[in-house]
Amino acid sequence: MSLLRGKVWTFGNDIDTDAIIPARYLNTSDPAELARHCMEDADPDFPRKVSPGDIIVAGKNFGCGSSREHAPLALKEAGIACVVAESFARIFYRNAINIGLPILESPEAPEVLQEGSQVEINLAEGEITELTGGRKFKAVSFPPFMQEIMATGGLINYIKGKVKK
Amino acid sequence: MGQTMAEKILARATGKKALSPGDLINARIDMALGNDITAPVAIREFKKIGVEHVFDRERIALIPDHFTPNKDIQSAEQVNEIRRFVREQEIVHFYEVGRMGVEHALLPELGLVLPGEVIIGADSHTCTYGALGAFATGVGSTDLAAVMATGELWFKVPPTIRIVFKGRLAPWVGGKDLILFTIGQLGVDGARYCALEFTGPVIGELPMDGRLTISNMAIEAGAKAGLIPPDKITEEYLEGRARRPYEIILGDKDAPVLENYEWEVDDLEPQVSLPSSPANARPVSEISGTHLDQVVIGSCTNGRIDDLRVAARILKGKKVHPHVRLIVIPATQAIYLQALREGLLEIFTEAEAAVSTPTCGPCLGGHMGILAAGETALATTNRNFVGRMGDTKSKIYLAGPAVAAASAVAGCIVHPREIKGVG
Ligand code: SF4
Repeated sequence: MSLLRGKVWTFGNDIDTDAIIPARYLNTSDPAELARHCMEDADPDFPRKVSPGDIIVAGKNFGCGSSREHAPLALKEAGIACVVAESFARIFYRNAINIGLPILESPEAPEVLQEGSQVEINLAEGEITELTGGRKFKAVSFPPFMQEIMATGGLINYIKGKVKK
Repeated sequence: MGQTMAEKILARATGKKALSPGDLINARIDMALGNDITAPVAIREFKKIGVEHVFDRERIALIPDHFTPNKDIQSAEQVNEIRRFVREQEIVHFYEVGRMGVEHALLPELGLVLPGEVIIGADSHTCTYGALGAFATGVGSTDLAAVMATGELWFKVPPTIRIVFKGRLAPWVGGKDLILFTIGQLGVDGARYCALEFTGPVIGELPMDGRLTISNMAIEAGAKAGLIPPDKITEEYLEGRARRPYEIILGDKDAPVLENYEWEVDDLEPQVSLPSSPANARPVSEISGTHLDQVVIGSCTNGRIDDLRVAARILKGKKVHPHVRLIVIPATQAIYLQALREGLLEIFTEAEAAVSTPTCGPCLGGHMGILAAGETALATTNRNFVGRMGDTKSKIYLAGPAVAAASAVAGCIVHPREIKGVG
């Protein structure tokens, strides 16, 4: 896994999947169409403002609500390189790992990382560096089993490898 | 050391003697569910895996319910994609318009989800089946694809939070009020990564429909599952309904739990959750008088026959307030037919409510009653997030069927006892 560098967009606590991708757009699962409405109900301008490589930083319970995988898909397709949150709702957490959207859990992140700041993330190490002030901190590490899923590019690839054996 | 219900059920599905919270396991899945939003994505992912057949064509249920009867061309295409897969794989449990229901009302009704089983669904309210003593949890579409291919899925064994309800419920207080109160106490992430277990004398007397309402909303506290230990009421419900033999699995009395709450609920008033979080639960009297434009009675939370009976008791001989639109949606065809036979649909129609064919519809802002900017609704559904039922400037209050019916008559939020002749 690589070194990510991007601009931070901040959101608060309990950002639900209806805010990430409103249900009214779920009559399709076309990622490009979903990306056009990504985070729209939390910030109507977001789909226009976001650029590839950007990083979302949020508070507690990011991705709560529905099980729609369209939520991490929309973020990934919109170019979000990583979501760093104080904590994630469990289905979103699974979905992100399964589809290969990098996520990191860090209680310090919402405090240290401000909107617009530049940040560098070493995914393999779970190391986050705030580039303006130079502050470095570590995210909660994933169990090896989940790292393996992410390293193979998601659950489908992981299973593909297993069913062939 | 004893084990909780959740640990025991997962241990059985894993072929292990015992498990502890935090263990990463691969569990055998007894039933897997997808709907018209999540199944198309799962089918595409399934095809990438490269296995020819699904693991078991009788253990997969695909239920188009969110945008059905199809509201537009795109949603029709989504269901068609499912239909093709169902025919190709000879999936047994696929239910079309006219035979369908909202998934979490339909599967228990059909006896397809049973005590002691591990069930996953690509829908967050899959936790509903915890009411029958199953470990049931919502997952994503890729997880569903993995299960369709292998019959197994990875889990982290959750710690358990036990909730004990003591006392007796007051009139017009039911399962919805207990769960809204619980979420109000725990917060929307209070049970994150945990299994909730609901017990105590109040649960012991609660009919199955009320139990399903409680387990349904466990996810609204962030929980992975919402278990209720099976008892006589469970067995009576499953009599003549269960499609497979099943084994009741109960937790050990001495099993360590993360937290244990004991609540006396004698004085519990009907609860209402204020916009825009299910955790904003308040006693109805505190917000009495709040103006309403629309009331919805239905969904996988409160669209079952007991819910419709409660609403009909209040609506009988009354009219919906002239400023309010009341939409009633029986959750399945069987419930619709039962309500028809009992004369409930006549009561609703005479009260000037609109009665709809089963669908998720307005619950997720799909169709059949979308809110305009500035409008306020009260719904018996489970989520009142910003924009959930329509415009982001609309507001949603959540309550049980009694408060919903009473408020539809009054034109504003009221306690059911405020309605004349209801008492
Ligand atoms: S009724 Fe609402 S909560 Fe239940 S499955 Fe349908 S959309 Fe989801």
